[in-house]
This record gives sequence, structure tokens and C-alpha cells, in this order.
Amino acid sequence: MPSLIDLMLEGREVRQHGPWPRAVVDASVWQFAASELALGRWSLLGLWGEPSTVHMAIMDEETAEIAVVSLSCPDRSYPSIGRHHLPALRLERAIHDLFGLSAEGAPDPRPWLDHNRWGTRFPLGDRIDALPQASPYRFLPAEGDGLHQIAVGPVHAGTIEPGHFRFTASGETVVRLEPRLGYAHKGIEGLMMGAGLERAAQLAGRVSGDSTVAYAFAFARAVEAALEIVVSDRAIWLRALLAELERLAHHLGDIGAICNDASFALMHAHCSILREDVLRASDTAFGHRLMRDIVVPGGVTHNLNAGGMEIIQAALDSIRQRFPALVELYDNTASLQDRTVGTGVLKPALAKQYAPGGYIGRASGRSFDARKVLAYPPYDRLRFEVPVLNEGDVNARIWIRVREVGQSLSLIDQILDRLPEGPVRAKAGQFRKPREGMAIVEGFRGDVLVWLRLRDGRVERCHLRDPSWFQWPLLEAAIEGNIVADFPLCNKSFNCSYSGPDL
Amino acid sequence: MRKLLFESLFRRPFTEKAPSTDDAAVTELAVAVGLAARRRLGRSLSIREVDAGSCNGCELEIHALNNAYYDVERFGLRFVASPRHADVLMVTGPVTKNMRDALERTYHATPNPKWVIAVGDCARDRGCFAGSYAVVGGVSEVVPVDLHIPGCPPTPTAILKGLLVLLERADAAATSP
Repeated sequence: MPSLIDLMLEGREVRQHGPWPRAVVDASVWQFAASELALGRWSLLGLWGEPSTVHMAIMDEETAEIAVVSLSCPDRSYPSIGRHHLPALRLERAIHDLFGLSAEGAPDPRPWLDHNRWGTRFPLGDRIDALPQASPYRFLPAEGDGLHQIAVGPVHAGTIEPGHFRFTASGETVVRLEPRLGYAHKGIEGLMMGAGLERAAQLAGRVSGDSTVAYAFAFARAVEAALEIVVSDRAIWLRALLAELERLAHHLGDIGAICNDASFALMHAHCSILREDVLRASDTAFGHRLMRDIVVPGGVTHNLNAGGMEIIQAALDSIRQRFPALVELYDNTASLQDRTVGTGVLKPALAKQYAPGGYIGRASGRSFDARKVLAYPPYDRLRFEVPVLNEGDVNARIWIRVREVGQSLSLIDQILDRLPEGPVRAKAGQFRKPREGMAIVEGFRGDVLVWLRLRDGRVERCHLRDPSWFQWPLLEAAIEGNIVADFPLCNKSFNCSYSGPDL
Repeated sequence: MRKLLFESLFRRPFTEKAPSTDDAAVTELAVAVGLAARRRLGRSLSIREVDAGSCNGCELEIHALNNAYYDVERFGLRFVASPRHADVLMVTGPVTKNMRDALERTYHATPNPKWVIAVGDCARDRGCFAGSYAVVGGVSEVVPVDLHIPGCPPTPTAILKGLLVLLERADAAATSP
């Protein structure tokens, strides 16, 4: 079996890229990579474009090797990866919409982000005029007697993000679900081009608001990898503290909200209190409830406020005291278990194929957690476990979160206990030549990938890959055969981001 | 469950009532919102939230309004599932070109009298998304806005405060000749 290093040797290595290698390859190596992905030997981490190049990040999960291969597309097309490896499909559709590069042989040529409303096509490539009239979006067909369609969104019944869901149902049973997203497309990667580092960090923190720390963290690490910036110890530990507070708040919120979608409001009420405690502690400790704009290239902008440590500790104590009773309540309520156990099953084989991060993968047998596998600092010096289950149902996704709450509590304890003194921000180095960096950071929802190229202290190109790119398609698989009324429950147990992949 | 419910019967509510130094503002606001809402709408104001392309940060804080600390429903402020049931549209995000149509249609589906609150910095003037090919502009570029609540995202307290300002304005408009 060839290793990723062999693949790199086939191409021309790009020297200014860190920390993982990047190589410019030819079409045959590109296609070889596609077949290895299809055989399940490697996992797809990301696929993104530039005006005349496509890049693909892949990982060998056994050895945790990561590499980027790049293919230049002078005639504006490249061999489709999605044709062999389905998880790439929507990424290819997005590349086409943004850059006008076509994936040759792709089974699904429909637009994805482009709803023909921008007034232009290929906004990040060679722009051309928009189509005079938008052709209706053709949803995938489902054939059979007595099937009916249910169209939902983009404005939903709850306070959630915009997206359209097209269900085809036979009676109550969902035969097919196909989401259409892109409604929250803000053109972030376009705004990134030419942005200074400060503004770019701000934008990165607004790709998906619930993962603002994770995105800012990943962006900062990518810049630091490119510019070889050494971050102070204290900043490194504070970043992990921010990341764990974010994870804790959202996991607590999710556990309650999933139960709420099974009409069990009591869990929601109690979990919301614990979540609010975490947000208030974050506000006191760092001056912002969601801890936005705190992680920046070179360190953090905000030191721990006076009294911050005590209030975080108090929030942890309160969770330790009250959360176990809620877990017990969840576990002992038969009517609730009846809704969550065996519902929305994601099979481990699909999880392996799509390599979804976070609780979705870990509830279906995929043990990947960037904190553990890539062991970026300070996680290399912290003790924690990565819970993994194989059932893949709503219940398993709740339990992964429950256990991760426990792990985050312990991580925060360790961080507060060992938090080093010192400066919190280093100066960014100056490089005139282009430098490239990449980073993967574990957000609460899964691994966030950021790749960028800097030139003259500005961002030339930055790609931010949300974990939900590989999670949305799996929700479609998990809902099949379930009843329509269980969709909110399944959907919340996935809790995919809309804004993140819409960019 | 019985144990939990039983404990809740005897425990002090989480809902913030007694003003401590930190939470005095919340409590003050809460009382004021309650009075103004009652005068204008007989204790019911239905809110429909529309995400017109936000990063979802504002949604998190709007959700928090429903937790036991803020308990927005005690003032008769209620989030409803359809614009047809709503008095207020609470709109977040820079309006993306892909969401413009949906926002307009939601606005037209809301019965009169209605108010629009734009929540968050990008709902005012696109915030950091200004200059993008994919963004129309602040909410007021698409539908008339009665009130803007700044913040990135605004805190639940700030959103409550905004609701109060809106109610007072609506009240003044209703009583002026």
C-alpha cells in the first residue's frame, strides 16, 4: 500500500507550505488519490479551488499523515474526485460555482452555492454575467406509488439558520431527504482575498458563530504555521481554555435541545441553565459570552480577567453538582429513550467513508479527534479520553456529548491548574515571499480546517472547511426510513452548521 | 424525574428577580418590558425570527432569551413558528442575495401592524461582510426596519432592552393624534 509520502514524491513539493507537505501533481496522481480515497485507504479532509488550481487535503487515518495535493487546471477542468468518492461531490459543486472550474465526469453538475442571485457567475474566478433566468433547481427524484413531497424552509419554524429541505415521504416514512443550502452564503472567501491579518481573523471568527473560537484558533494556527510564529505558552493554554469552554457550552445546549425536540422540555430547561452559566463565566473571564475575536495570529487579545479563574471554577462546580442528575433523568426516562434509541442510525461504514468529525463520527465508530490524533499544543500535554460508540443513533450522539462534557470539565481543571504565566501575544513576522499554512482544530462539532497563502502580510487565498460539509450528506442517510416527525430530533442530534459550509 | 421536579418546587427559581449589583439592569428591563408590552398588546407580542444570512451567533443569544434566567415568555413575548402569527420580525445577518427573496416573502406574510427589529451589527450595515458580491446590505435595504439592536452578537440583555424601546415607540405612535 503506497503511503502519502510516496504520493508526495510523485509530485513537485511546494517548499513554503507548512506544517504538512503540499505537492503539485499531474492528473494521473490526482486520479490515483481519488481511487485510494474510494477504496477507503485515505480520508478526504478538504477540496478547494483557486482561479486555475484545485487543492485536495487527504489523511491516512492509520498513520495520521496528512498531505495536500494540487492540480493545475489550465483548461478550467480537472478529473472529478466525487465520481469515485462521493463525499467530494458538494465541494466540487461549490468550486464550480465560485471559480468556474468543472469536475470532469462528476455525476452531479447542479449548482450548489450559486442560486443565480449574485448578478455574476464564478465570483472568485473569471467572472461572467449571470444567467438571464434562473432555471429551477431539480431535486433528486424518488419514484414509487403514493409518494409525496414536503418542502421546508429556507425560513424554518424554529430559531435556526436558513436552508431548504425537500422530503419525499411514503405516508409518515421518509424515503428521501435532500437539503438545498447556500442561503447563508456571504462570500467570506472572496472577502478574505487581500484582507490584512486582523480583518481576516475577524472574518474567520464569523464563519460559523457557534464555533467562533475553533475557527479563530484554526486560522491563527494556519497563519502561525505559514509565518513560523512561536506562540507563548500562556497563549497556547488560554486558547485551549477558550476552546473547551466553547465545547462545554454547546454540548450542554445540544443535549437539552435534542431532548426538547423529543418534547422533553425539562432537560432543555435545566441544560440551558448550565449552558448560560458557562457563557456568563466566559463573559466574566474574557469579556465576551461567545469569546469572539480573542484568538488571533500570534496569541490571544485578552488575558484572563481578575476573578476569571474563580468564576470558571464555580461554573464547573455547579455543572459537576447538577449535570449527573440530568444524565440520570435522560437515561431513566423510558418515553424519551423510546424516541432516541434506534432513531436516525448512521452506519459506521458510511462514517468511515465520509470521515465526518465530532460527535457524529464518534457515535458511529470513527475515533478521530484532532486534539488526540494531531495532538496540537497544549493537548499533547493534557490527559483526556476520546469516547467512541458504534450504535450511531440519536442516543449515541447524546452520549458522546455527555461524555465529552466530562472530558472538557477535566481538561479545564487541568488547564486552570497548570496555566503558565507570561505574555499572551507575539508579533507576527514579516515575509515578502508567499508562505502557506494549514491547520486543523477540533471544534465542538468536529474538525475545522483552514488553509491559506499569505503574501506581503495579506491573505492571498484562504479556504475554511467546516466539518458540516461531510456531515450534512450523512443526515440524509440517517433519516431514511425514519418518520417525518423524527426529523427535528435527528437534525438536532447532528446539529450541522449552515453558515459554516455556506461560507 | 420526580426528584428533580420535587426539588424545583422548593428551590429558589433561576429566573432573575431580586436585583443584585450585576443583574440589576436585567431585572429593571424585565419589569419595564412587561409593562410596555401589556399596554400595547395586552400582554402578548409574538416574534418570528428570520436568519437572513447571519453567522448564527445572534441566533444563539436569541435562544438564550428563553432560558430560565431571562425567561422572556413571562412578559408575554413569545417566539412563534410562522410569520402569519407574528407581530414582530426579528431579523439577523447581513441579508445575503440568496436570502433576499425569502426575507421579503416572510415580511409580506406577516400581518399588519408589524415591526421589524434588525439584530446584530451586520443586520445594520453588513458589518464585516460589507463589500461582498453575495450580500445585499443591512436589513433596511430589503424591508423597513423599526429598530436596530447593535452587538456582535448583542447579549440577551441588550435584546430585551431593544424590545422595550420598540414597544415604547409603538406605544407613542399609537397614542399620538
